[in-house]
Amino acid sequence: MTQHLFRPFVTAVVFGASMLASQAAAKSDITIAMQLEPPHLDPTSAAAQAIDSVVYANIFEGLTRFMGDGSVVPGLAESWEISDDGTVYTFKLRDGVTFHDGTSMDAEDVKFSLDRALAEDSANAQKALFAGIESVEVVDPLTVKVTLSAPNGNFLFNLAWGDAVIVAPESIENIKTNPVGTGAFTFADWVQGDSITLNRNPDYWGEQPALETATFKFISDPTAAFAAMMAEDVDVFDIYPAPENLPQFEADPRFQVLIGSTEGETILSTNNKQAPFDDILVRQALAHAIDRQAIIDGAMFGYGTPIGTHFAPHNPAYVDLTGGSAHDPEKAKALLAEAGYPDGFETTLHLPPPSYARRGGEIIAAQLADIGIKAEIINVEWAQWLESVFKGKDFGLTIVSHTEPMDIGIYARPDYYFQYESTDFQALMETLNATTDPEERARLLGEAQRLIANDYVNGYLFQLAKLGVARAGVQGLWENAPTAAIDLSAISWSE
Amino acid sequence: MLRYMLKRLMSLVLSLAVASVVIFAVIEVAPGDPASFMLGVNAQPDTLAALRAELGLDTSKAQRYVNWIGGMLRGDFGTSYTYRTPVSQMIADRLWVSLPLALYALILSTLIAFPAGIYAAARRGKPGDLAVMGATQLGIAVPNFWFAMMLVLIFAINLRWFNAGGFAGWEDGFGPGLKSLTLPAIALALPQAAILARVMRSSLLDILGEDFMRTARAKGLNPRQALWRHGVRNALIPVLTIIGLQFSFLLAGSIIIEQVFYLPGLGRLVFQAISARDLIVVESVVMLLVFAVITVNFLVDLAYAAVDPRLRGRT
Repeated sequence: MTQHLFRPFVTAVVFGASMLASQAAAKSDITIAMQLEPPHLDPTSAAAQAIDSVVYANIFEGLTRFMGDGSVVPGLAESWEISDDGTVYTFKLRDGVTFHDGTSMDAEDVKFSLDRALAEDSANAQKALFAGIESVEVVDPLTVKVTLSAPNGNFLFNLAWGDAVIVAPESIENIKTNPVGTGAFTFADWVQGDSITLNRNPDYWGEQPALETATFKFISDPTAAFAAMMAEDVDVFDIYPAPENLPQFEADPRFQVLIGSTEGETILSTNNKQAPFDDILVRQALAHAIDRQAIIDGAMFGYGTPIGTHFAPHNPAYVDLTGGSAHDPEKAKALLAEAGYPDGFETTLHLPPPSYARRGGEIIAAQLADIGIKAEIINVEWAQWLESVFKGKDFGLTIVSHTEPMDIGIYARPDYYFQYESTDFQALMETLNATTDPEERARLLGEAQRLIANDYVNGYLFQLAKLGVARAGVQGLWENAPTAAIDLSAISWSE
Repeated sequence: MLRYMLKRLMSLVLSLAVASVVIFAVIEVAPGDPASFMLGVNAQPDTLAALRAELGLDTSKAQRYVNWIGGMLRGDFGTSYTYRTPVSQMIADRLWVSLPLALYALILSTLIAFPAGIYAAARRGKPGDLAVMGATQLGIAVPNFWFAMMLVLIFAINLRWFNAGGFAGWEDGFGPGLKSLTLPAIALALPQAAILARVMRSSLLDILGEDFMRTARAKGLNPRQALWRHGVRNALIPVLTIIGLQFSFLLAGSIIIEQVFYLPGLGRLVFQAISARDLIVVESVVMLLVFAVITVNFLVDLAYAAVDPRLRGRT
């Protein structure tokens, strides 16, 4: 009798204890969803950000690397010396680093990687990062000397990009489908159209990550993204595509919402060589016609920081210039009249697929209509946008988020699609590139920001926010996106 | 029968030839360059040129068409511009999802539609008929992606019986794979079943009014026997046509359902390839789908002949 009485109790205790035991061992696998699938896994021969999201800092590492806060720290290079004239960088490599195939990483691999990016037939999408490199010399197996044709204050920053990671000559042939790097995770499997799996690298030179395995899943549809998160099929959605759902996740204790910033300056790009936009008064009128907050609220459900120039607000060198282009339709109308368009004019507004552009475009078209500008909305796919807007320069206005970090230098390229030509700005960039003193650089960057803001080159809208959703127990995710990356090494589950 | 088959076969080959030209022309005409899509906004002209040469995009369109067709005749579908894997391999992988899904949906829709259609026809004008017809009206009116979202909401988010999407693969056996295709198959099957049930009903009603049905009754068969032995068999011809069309639709047209359930199927492959201007993938997949549709129609034609001997002589 006593036995019978106790049995359920004992069962409950045993069951409870086993539950606790299984909870105590923290989960060591994670499923991370992203919208786009990488076309292949070679970060050194394509522009697709999805590649970097999977491989950056996980599979491949460079001489330097970005941290979550945007700072650049030593990567495979342990330390470096810069010559007094700023043109010779001598990198000391870490000892004992091996590629996933067991071969050692040494100065020859660094030379191979940089020479490959520089080569004439290089397929590197950011070849300009390496443009100043004159020669790469192997001093000894752990020392590399890089000589630049001119000093470049951005050089260590450039080397941190995913396009500058160190690859091995032995594995280069199959890098696109079987990437072999030096990182804390090794490539395990790719079910095309569905997922990519990475496993922990037991021979990693640095600290062992908490995760044993990570799966990247590709979910492009915003509704499906919501369902996958809600059903807990995925643990993290890196860049959640539907900001309208975020309050629902915030209210649900099962989830956390991570709001950070990206390097994406979202701008109303203006064709500076097409009439009437070749007139600064017209561009100034555009700037005053725009109500940034209304666009952030309407298109991004309130997520995003207003900007007044082409620069990221979280950067220490940022200057807030939004005051110079405050929303003032009356002033805008007066400026238009002064430029000779008292009744406004007609133009085109090309909108690529992201919701910031499509939703934002509708709002901007309405705001422009208020001052008499009739903007015809033309929805385009990215391939079309690249062809007709970017390459063909056949547009009046378009909305794009420029996601490359520190890309104010594009304003020094008169053939760039918005066709801004200013010798003052070009000279300023040349001075900047030759300057290595951080304080002087910050001052020059401020000047550059003011110059393009005062020339009203483009309509400056907002800095794109990074909106992530994750299960409540996930720790160590990057809040901001200084570069496209999902750094797995710091991610763990709370116990 | 042989002459009939040969004639059908010739029209099949001709349709394929015409289709290949149209597909190639339409896809190549679309604005956008695969190389600049891959290399993005900071690519330098020499980098772009190098990639275009590597992809064979620097040759003339006519040359590319000949290469494409020639390759396909030898079973070589080319190599994807973006993924850099053989297109045939990619298609084979995706077919392991799309083909079972289409078959699954087709079986479900037939299983629902046949009994419903026959039941409604047998009870013409009575409440049972009205109920079935009302339900099918709803099934046709409501788009399948809405069904899909409702199924996800109920069975994945609330009840947690299924995953909200994704494909488990066939490696762990039949069960997990089939389970992950169940919600999508139901979502695809419901609107198809509604159409099929209506066709079944009206076709059966037409047959029931025919002279031979009266003859069958006169021979002494009761209404039920007459319906099953003579009615349903004869009513199948239009139903087969619809099933053939539906199968083609399910194979090629499940893009939206594949998006909602993030399944790695053919539809999503085409969708991705179009936005990346991976022309060779789009061309080959579309060509394959055209081939499938035309072949299915060919088989349906043969099935007609098998069901209805009169067609064999007529052509």
